[in-house]
Amino acid sequence: MAILEIRNVTRRFASLKAVDDVSLSIEAGEFFTLLGPSGCGKTTLLRLIAGFDEPDDGALFLDGAPLAGIPPEKRPVHTVFQSYALFPHLSVAHNIAFPLRMAGQNDEQIRQLLKETLELVHLADKAQHFPHELSGGQKQRVALARGLINKPRLLLLDEPLGALDAKLREQMEGELIALQREVGITFVFVTHSQQEALALSHRIAVMNCGRIEQVDCPEQIYGFPKNRFVADFIGTINLLPVEVREASHGRLRLAVDGLGEIIAAPAAGLKTGERGSFALRPEQVRVAAAGGHHEIPELHNHFHGRVRDFLYLGDVTVYKLELDNGVLIEALLANSAPGRAKFFEIGDTVSVGWRCDAGVYLRD
Amino acid sequence: MTKRGLRGDLTRWLVSLPPTVFLLVFFLAPTLIMVTASFQNPGEFGGLAPLFAEGQARLTLETYRFFFGDWIYAEIFLRSFLVAGATTLICLIFAYPLALTIAASPKRHRDLLVLLVILPFASNFLIRVYAWIILLGPAGLLYTPIAVIAGMVYVHLPFMILPLYTNLEKHDPTLLEAAQDLGAGAWTRFWRVTWPLSLPGIWSGTALVFIPVLGMFAIPELLGGTGDILIGNLIKEQFLESRDWPLGSTLSLLLTLAVLALAALSAWAASPRRQRS
Repeated sequence: MAILEIRNVTRRFASLKAVDDVSLSIEAGEFFTLLGPSGCGKTTLLRLIAGFDEPDDGALFLDGAPLAGIPPEKRPVHTVFQSYALFPHLSVAHNIAFPLRMAGQNDEQIRQLLKETLELVHLADKAQHFPHELSGGQKQRVALARGLINKPRLLLLDEPLGALDAKLREQMEGELIALQREVGITFVFVTHSQQEALALSHRIAVMNCGRIEQVDCPEQIYGFPKNRFVADFIGTINLLPVEVREASHGRLRLAVDGLGEIIAAPAAGLKTGERGSFALRPEQVRVAAAGGHHEIPELHNHFHGRVRDFLYLGDVTVYKLELDNGVLIEALLANSAPGRAKFFEIGDTVSVGWRCDAGVYLRD
Repeated sequence: MTKRGLRGDLTRWLVSLPPTVFLLVFFLAPTLIMVTASFQNPGEFGGLAPLFAEGQARLTLETYRFFFGDWIYAEIFLRSFLVAGATTLICLIFAYPLALTIAASPKRHRDLLVLLVILPFASNFLIRVYAWIILLGPAGLLYTPIAVIAGMVYVHLPFMILPLYTNLEKHDPTLLEAAQDLGAGAWTRFWRVTWPLSLPGIWSGTALVFIPVLGMFAIPELLGGTGDILIGNLIKEQFLESRDWPLGSTLSLLLTLAVLALAALSAWAASPRRQRS
């Protein structure tokens, strides 16, 4: 059974619908992420779950029971705030034990749980320190420990990694996954970083303008975006304007404007003549030197092009290719050849192709 | 040291020179004069007897013997501390909700509200105290300890509100949300978060009210009865009426020492090292 059920929830601020008719069902033990650009309503939705705000329409249910009218302090839901919100006048131990004291646990229980939790987040030696004496990553772990110690039904995390630098963020991502697996508490994670969402989540809800665009596991979100917004927001993607030429007999033929026909993975319910976009991930594009024996004519979708520009990123290089008739496409190649920074130079003529099951057709 | 460091040092010295000189001339020197005066003999017609006469220093412990030899002085000291303590406490009780309200009101209103708090300073202090004579007279409270404390509270309330407001305004509202999220009700949020975080504001407000009230002589003189004189009145009397400068100096010095001791005690009590254990 779903631990949290969000049914047709709407929250308006003046004329703006911050959350617009959202329905979601979050399963127990899940690492669920709300992903979207700033202002998409993900934080508002989180505040509705925590109880800091009430919906104008719709309802939320925790373990089947309606949450309406229950104040935040009475909900078995804890939040890890973006700013951590550690109590500056309390030591690490007192910060973490705060929810236990509020719940009226006795000193012996508190001591025991505190010890376990401090070890869980590797802060046993910092118990007597004050928040201002801690590094960013340590503060983060105190906030997590404080949110988890009382074993809430849900732990809400509001962009908790936003304030950390890249290296530390990567490390904390690993710790978060391990921690969630260990405690088994349902996490609802809010972020605008698609990379964090993909790395951490069991399922992701992509939000835009208060609405949910797609709910799926990371592979589906990344590989099979449902619409242009999701395709564009998650990672980089080539979007080519196309017209459907044939959509039957298990095959899909698309005409790319100015380029010619391509074959794509079939999809249900398409009509011949409708227009849309063909979305193709840069890493699905294969590139070879033109005329060389590595040419890729065996691929159905096969064109010639020229290297216009490239972006060397160390592990990979992103090539900006101009196909016949001026269509621009990005290709990402891993720099796997030892001792070579990149495979092609600007101006090189190349052979470009992709498999006919690569990419997705998106309706406009 | 680099050239820039040297110039930085020079600038720092030059900038801090005027206030340093000012404090040396108008604070340290008078304090030293006062310390010396407290050991001198009174002059024949008031003032001080010469420090040196017939080739030797004329110092005496007479004023201290006088002070510690008579209970009346200790009693006046004690009464002054009680009045100052009561005034501070009442100011705190009045000021806290007000400062919280101002800090919680919309940003565009706050400056106006702060202005209203300090508006009484626009009219003369004595006139405002005289107004209390008119207010308290018909109520039959004039020339009582209640009148003294009412006047003290009235005059010093802004000095409690302002530091408290400055402190409360800086509180991160997320902390209260975090406390609520973790299970704290409204009262618990106040006592566990707002109150301890406002302690620095409370301490500065307390210092700004307690210390001036201790030395205040105008209000007891105008609103209090004969039994309501405080140290301030006593000191003023030594210099203006009794013309016993050494005794006046001794009283001032002992008052300063008592306040310093109290400040040291509260600083020790509030030190983070003690809170941790």
